[in-house]
Amino acid sequence: MSENNVRPTRTDPWRGFTDGAWRHGVAVRDFIQGNYTPYEGDAGFLAGPTERTTAVWAKLSAMFPAERERGIYDVDANTPSTITSHRPGYIDRDAELIVGLQTDAPLRRAILPNGGWRMVEGSLKTYGYEVPQDIADIFTKYRKTHNSGVFDVYDANILAARKAHIITGLPDAYGRGRIIGDYRRVALYGVDHLIARKKADKVAAAGPFTEDVIRKREELSEQIRALAELKEMAASYGYDISGPATNGREAVQWLYFAYLAAVKEQNGAAMSLGRTSTFLDIYLQRDIAEGVLTESRAQELVDDFVIKLRIVRFLRTPEYDALFSGDPTWVTESIGGVGTDGRPLVTRTSFRYLQTLYNLGPAPEPNLTVFWSPVLPEGFKRFCAQVSIDTSAIQYESDELMRPRYGDDTAIACCVSAMEVGKQMQFFGARVNLAKTLLYAINGGRDEVSGAQVGPELPPLHSDVLSYDEVAERFDTMMDWLAGTYVDALNIIHYMHDKYAYERIEMALHDSDILRTMACGIAGLSVAADSLSAIKHATVRVVRGPDGLVTDYTVEGGFPTYGNNDDRADKIAAELVEIFMAKIRAHPTYRGAVHTQSVLTITSNVVYGKATGNTPDGRRAGEPFAPGANPMNGRDRHGMVAAAMSVAKLPYDHSLDGISLTTTVTPAGLGNTRTEQVTNLAGVLDGYNAVNGFHMNVNVLDRATLEDAMAHPENYPQLTIRVSGYAVNFVRLTHEQQKDVVSRTFHGAL
Amino acid sequence: MVARPLPAPDTLVPTGSVHSWDVVTAADGPGTRFVTFLAGCPLRCQYCHNPDTWQRRNGQLMAVEELVAKMLTFRAFIRAAGGGVTVSGGEPLLQPRFVEAYLRRCKEYGMHTALDTSGFLGARATDQLLDDTDLVLLDVKSSIPELYRKVTRAPLAPTITFGDRLAARGNRIRIRFVLVPGLTDARENIEGVAELAARWGNVDQVDVLGYHRLGVSKYEELGLRYPLDGVPPPTAGQLAAAAAVFADHGVPVSAT
Repeated sequence: MSENNVRPTRTDPWRGFTDGAWRHGVAVRDFIQGNYTPYEGDAGFLAGPTERTTAVWAKLSAMFPAERERGIYDVDANTPSTITSHRPGYIDRDAELIVGLQTDAPLRRAILPNGGWRMVEGSLKTYGYEVPQDIADIFTKYRKTHNSGVFDVYDANILAARKAHIITGLPDAYGRGRIIGDYRRVALYGVDHLIARKKADKVAAAGPFTEDVIRKREELSEQIRALAELKEMAASYGYDISGPATNGREAVQWLYFAYLAAVKEQNGAAMSLGRTSTFLDIYLQRDIAEGVLTESRAQELVDDFVIKLRIVRFLRTPEYDALFSGDPTWVTESIGGVGTDGRPLVTRTSFRYLQTLYNLGPAPEPNLTVFWSPVLPEGFKRFCAQVSIDTSAIQYESDELMRPRYGDDTAIACCVSAMEVGKQMQFFGARVNLAKTLLYAINGGRDEVSGAQVGPELPPLHSDVLSYDEVAERFDTMMDWLAGTYVDALNIIHYMHDKYAYERIEMALHDSDILRTMACGIAGLSVAADSLSAIKHATVRVVRGPDGLVTDYTVEGGFPTYGNNDDRADKIAAELVEIFMAKIRAHPTYRGAVHTQSVLTITSNVVYGKATGNTPDGRRAGEPFAPGANPMNGRDRHGMVAAAMSVAKLPYDHSLDGISLTTTVTPAGLGNTRTEQVTNLAGVLDGYNAVNGFHMNVNVLDRATLEDAMAHPENYPQLTIRVSGYAVNFVRLTHEQQKDVVSRTFHGAL
Repeated sequence: MVARPLPAPDTLVPTGSVHSWDVVTAADGPGTRFVTFLAGCPLRCQYCHNPDTWQRRNGQLMAVEELVAKMLTFRAFIRAAGGGVTVSGGEPLLQPRFVEAYLRRCKEYGMHTALDTSGFLGARATDQLLDDTDLVLLDVKSSIPELYRKVTRAPLAPTITFGDRLAARGNRIRIRFVLVPGLTDARENIEGVAELAARWGNVDQVDVLGYHRLGVSKYEELGLRYPLDGVPPPTAGQLAAAAAVFADHGVPVSAT
């Protein structure tokens, strides 16, 4: 029994754990490193679903068709959600091993108006619920929201850019998300210890009371209050989580309560879980070693936990769904990777998490993300590849790129945003439309769709045949304007979010001093790069509308395109990433956040394309962009590897918030036998890693399957596909997005 | 214009007519491979799905070092992924000096090499070329001389001679046999290919490839009549039956 944690009335929660700095402060990574057991074997030990698991999942599955049909299953319109707002809810109280729901019933959504009343009101009206007047009064008369705060400050320039869809998807109407609380802390230390630490931090935040110190002290007070509410919520389910978890089941439950508090309090755009499997493995293996837990029971705990993660829900409007289709919540869990000491961070529980895709069937959430490295154990690599082939539900990110930059306790928020757990957060910044920006450069700041003057006015073009140098110079000017406008908007948004919708519990599960990043983003990269390549290598002549606005282009001659491992085009794309990043860095950020950007669109590539006119690469107005950093559909003509090589050339150091590649291969394109398919997919992942590729969504699907699912959605309730950075139920995509996915390049051998 | 020094004589290597290149997995040899399709082919197989590679003039002239440079851009990926390079076509042995020089360079870079050939021009492959070939993907289109001529418009004998030579040299072979219902699927024909494979003894595997119609549009583009109009791809049952014939002869087989 440890000397500093004597608890005579309970089992010693830390029995059997090795000593370390973790005992004396809050240091989860140190605890993991000192206590985990890497697993180098194969998947042979895994257990299937128990009857209990199957029954609980079946009960929920029976509710999904109604939810899909109506858009939502139910909503509690009368209770603004807080950590303690709702009575306990259950799926099947007697059968559940891990308990806790966002509201008092499964799939019943909550309202979270602090982000913005309009989102709540619009959603309720859409789904046919009455808008409660008293609550409307509270959030329109007495209590200001984040959304109102932002619009109090936006200027005409930002509003015009937003309206024109050159800056879009901004988190100015709901929770910003992409913040990962270190939910493991609650299991390891119990809430009381965390409260004590935060109180000490508050004492240390002494005067003189400058604005920074005042804000810090207020935030710490809120964090302490939220931790107390977390205890209260757990108590309502019959659990006292003031002390550390004493066994595997409690560890899962404590951790889940902490996460649950976060999703009760915030409807963040992405509410990611962190990196929990190897942490929990320490508890599950201790129970197994003590003879109180079987493999089947350990798997059952993981299955029950994952069931809960699969039914996290937020109330959103159809416009939001058009951007980010399929009701995603990005409960991203990061699995695998390697420690800085060279030991793989793969444990049996890493396998158990992936096994849920068999025990419960494929599903988009939690967003299972494998940190890939060539030195991962062979058995784990092969199991990942096999699961990808069977379910298309995993995404891969390069541990080799992340570990040197963020350390080995890093997790992905949302899709591709790496951050050190509990020590780093980001200000989510959506993205700007670079393809449209190029059109603004040609049209001197006028929008090619509306004709409105949005960007800075430029002198007329010298010639109707576009000159690369002239366009590049004008593009540079337009990007200067865009970067300034963009960072201004983000500074406003995050100032107001901190003020009116502060993430109390998530930040309570961070260190009190953290690194913040300003996570900007770009969309339409491949369209912009191919357009510039066309202007450079072919003859591009503008076609003008009646008022002189350039609305189309004629192209004579061929030009190299991005996606073929051809430096002539790839360098243009890589340079654009670097140039725009440099322009972003020129603008000061709120709270001194470090500037980053991502090349990621999620499913919004469809919406961005819709808002963008004809482009000089031959893309027609309204046609979807490629997702993320992908080459444009059909322009990658030398196979998946050549396309991936082009994407891998984008400089990660100038896109530290992630670079997303989505690939789809047919099963036959990986080999004839299952063994060959597994070997080849693991090989391709090793290959992409070796050329510094960052992220790869892997779908292993036949086009015919998707076409059949479009025609007969009822037969494919769990068909899961990966889109840019997350997975969705294919049948929950809009028809337009389904068409976009099907039309995308399938890489299969001929 | 800046005067450029002439290349040193030892880098004056042959140029080849290259139709295209691709990086593919599990199609033209094991793993992920940089596959070069050379232009020009002496055969006119009825089921050919690349009629655009028949004419040598349809290719782009490339020096060996140009192709090597392109290959090298994929080397890191391929080495990590497992795989290598494949020379295909067309018929690569229509340009044996180019292929020989290219494969030599690939071996210098430690790449696994494969040669995809009908064997019809096998006599043109030097021992040096075959020394630098880790795997021959040998397309045995038929085992019956009359049928071989019907399928390809060429004689069978050179392919058998080439296979014998590879067996004598100990070159590893992967046989590819395309199953076309009504054309190559007679039991006697399949038996004959299986007997060849068993006789050679250096055959790692036989791939029974189901005929497919993905080449039809290319014939239309080229204004050519499609010889197998109306012929359906084989069923899974037909493929399995053909594979069983090879298995019966003790030859490892896969069918797709």
